Amino acid sequence: MIRLEKRPTPSRFWTWATPILAVLLTMVAGGLMFAALGKNPFLAIKTIFYDPVLGEFAFYYRGQLLVKAGPLILIAVGLAMGFKAGIWNIGAEGQYIMGAIFGAAVGLAFYPAESWVIFPLMVLAGAVGGTLWAMIPAILKVRFNTNEILVSLLLVYVAEQLLAAMALGPLRNPDAAGFPGSRNLQQYPSASNSELFAGTGMHWGVVAAFIAVIFAYILLSRHLMGFHIRLAGQSPRAARFGGVNPTALVVFCMGASGALAGMAGLFEVAGPAGQISIDFNSGYGFTAIIVAFLGRLHPIGILLAGLLMALTYIGGEAAQATLQIPAAAIQAFQGMLLFFLLGLDVLANYRIRLTREGVA
Amino acid sequence: MDLSSINWLLLLASLMVAATPILLAGIGELVVERSGVLNLGVEGMMITGAISGFAISVNTGSVTLGFVSAALAGAALSLVFGLLTQFLLSNQVATGLALTLFGLGLSSLMGQGYVGIKGLNVPDLHLPLLSDIPILGPIFFQHDAMVYISILIVAGVWAMLKYTRAGLILRAVGENHDAAHALGYKVIRIRLMAIAFGGACAGLGGAYLSLVRVPQWTEGMTAGAGWIALALVVFASWKPWRVLIGAYLFGGLTVLQLNLQAAGMKIPVEYLAMSPYLITILVLVIMSSGRGRAALNAPAELGRSFHATA
Repeated sequence: MIRLEKRPTPSRFWTWATPILAVLLTMVAGGLMFAALGKNPFLAIKTIFYDPVLGEFAFYYRGQLLVKAGPLILIAVGLAMGFKAGIWNIGAEGQYIMGAIFGAAVGLAFYPAESWVIFPLMVLAGAVGGTLWAMIPAILKVRFNTNEILVSLLLVYVAEQLLAAMALGPLRNPDAAGFPGSRNLQQYPSASNSELFAGTGMHWGVVAAFIAVIFAYILLSRHLMGFHIRLAGQSPRAARFGGVNPTALVVFCMGASGALAGMAGLFEVAGPAGQISIDFNSGYGFTAIIVAFLGRLHPIGILLAGLLMALTYIGGEAAQATLQIPAAAIQAFQGMLLFFLLGLDVLANYRIRLTREGVA
Repeated sequence: MDLSSINWLLLLASLMVAATPILLAGIGELVVERSGVLNLGVEGMMITGAISGFAISVNTGSVTLGFVSAALAGAALSLVFGLLTQFLLSNQVATGLALTLFGLGLSSLMGQGYVGIKGLNVPDLHLPLLSDIPILGPIFFQHDAMVYISILIVAGVWAMLKYTRAGLILRAVGENHDAAHALGYKVIRIRLMAIAFGGACAGLGGAYLSLVRVPQWTEGMTAGAGWIALALVVFASWKPWRVLIGAYLFGGLTVLQLNLQAAGMKIPVEYLAMSPYLITILVLVIMSSGRGRAALNAPAELGRSFHATA
């Protein structure tokens, strides 16, 4: 009979080995899924994980890697702080949308003036938009004890409707003869988040993501706030006795993750996406949840997990083009990865003991 | 805007239909939560049920088979959650989210060939005598069978929790799993059964959307209904009949909002379309604050993993 024995502290080895194991298992299960769809599983896995990095057309895909990884990492770093403290902001998608709306609105307000100050102002507005949206569940949580999971998630749908209203209403391009969508910010030099080095996919959002990783690392490992976050997550009772202010913690974690998600939205709307449109958001806010867990809620881990998850996006697009694997298969694939990861966590937290039947 | 253009009788008549998906998903989740498990994967199970039910009913020509397979699909998916949270002791919040993300991907994968296909026509029951009552007849007694089945499920859950031994055990597991374990009840087995029941109900709720309410398949068609069902359980303070009341109130608001859109209210459609979510948030706030705090009624072990140490 198999018995689980709780480890006093999670195993360091398994903590970092499980994500790798989960990725491998997902490849196997994903391969089975692709086989069920009538595709060659080995070719599909190779197209998704190998070709974009080392294949024939890798020069094109490599640039895309950073474009996709940037927002994922930026959002996931913020989410991970909250998850560590047991504060569940799962509405990053909404905060991402609001950041894009706020930032783009500021940029469009200046149109067609040219000044170096416009883009930094837009970044600031994006962060403010995301923070304000995240403050709604945060304040309801601290003031009325309302469940932040449900509120933050429901606000995603509100933000999506608001996005549609903006694309059709106030932010619509007045020169576009009734088509929905705002002016293209890429054609407005002062407001565009263009590639910093041609062909690399490196834009300001990626720079911000790297900075966020460094700051989060310092905050979590060297700063009192980081200690409070870890303490509150591991032992809420001890945290209360230890003088951790739960209100400040909720407001900080929600606010920080909202600000980062909002900035990610702004960098996306001013860069790769280019404009506010009805279907501007593409689920980065939800995929970032997977990235945060895959990276073990650790900033460096998130950096690697973000790159890997970006790879599944790009590889998925490649597989769509060459093997006609539907885009939805990649989404199911990503969900599967989170399942395996959470399931394998048992190895980090428990010892597996084999005992004889009947001995209790 | 012309309020008189709204047919209030028709509005009330469509209320029950609009409420049934979240009623089904909500009552299932209520049983899950009463057993002490928080499954945030309702949205994923609903949408998987929606496509399974739609695909099977289109292929077999049988609405009944569609609903049955939707329930099975929902239960199967929920057992993945059950396996992870009950045997591998994973975090319930994270696993529920994973279930939703996976379900959304899986459903759009399964639904590839079904976009734009018209669904079957689900006949309305005309209950003899009752449906002929003027006004009340069309409102209450001229719906499809699932509307009444959902009410029967609510009644069954209520009676089970209140009057039966099985209900008592389920509640004991949800209130104190260590004590229930010490008394010899199989905590994990009971929770798995509750999770499967919740999954089946969520699947039925999703299938009701794609088979009756819409009736066709579009990607992401549940549009947050699963999350609203979760909020509904909080609104109901974990009591079955209040889920019914909440679902019908909510159904009424949804229908009213759609009618206001059609009546040409002078604000953009998008602002009306966000109202169901805003109202749900408002209700959550009201329920969680003040004296009658909903949290006081929450099952004590909600969201905690059970691990027998002895």
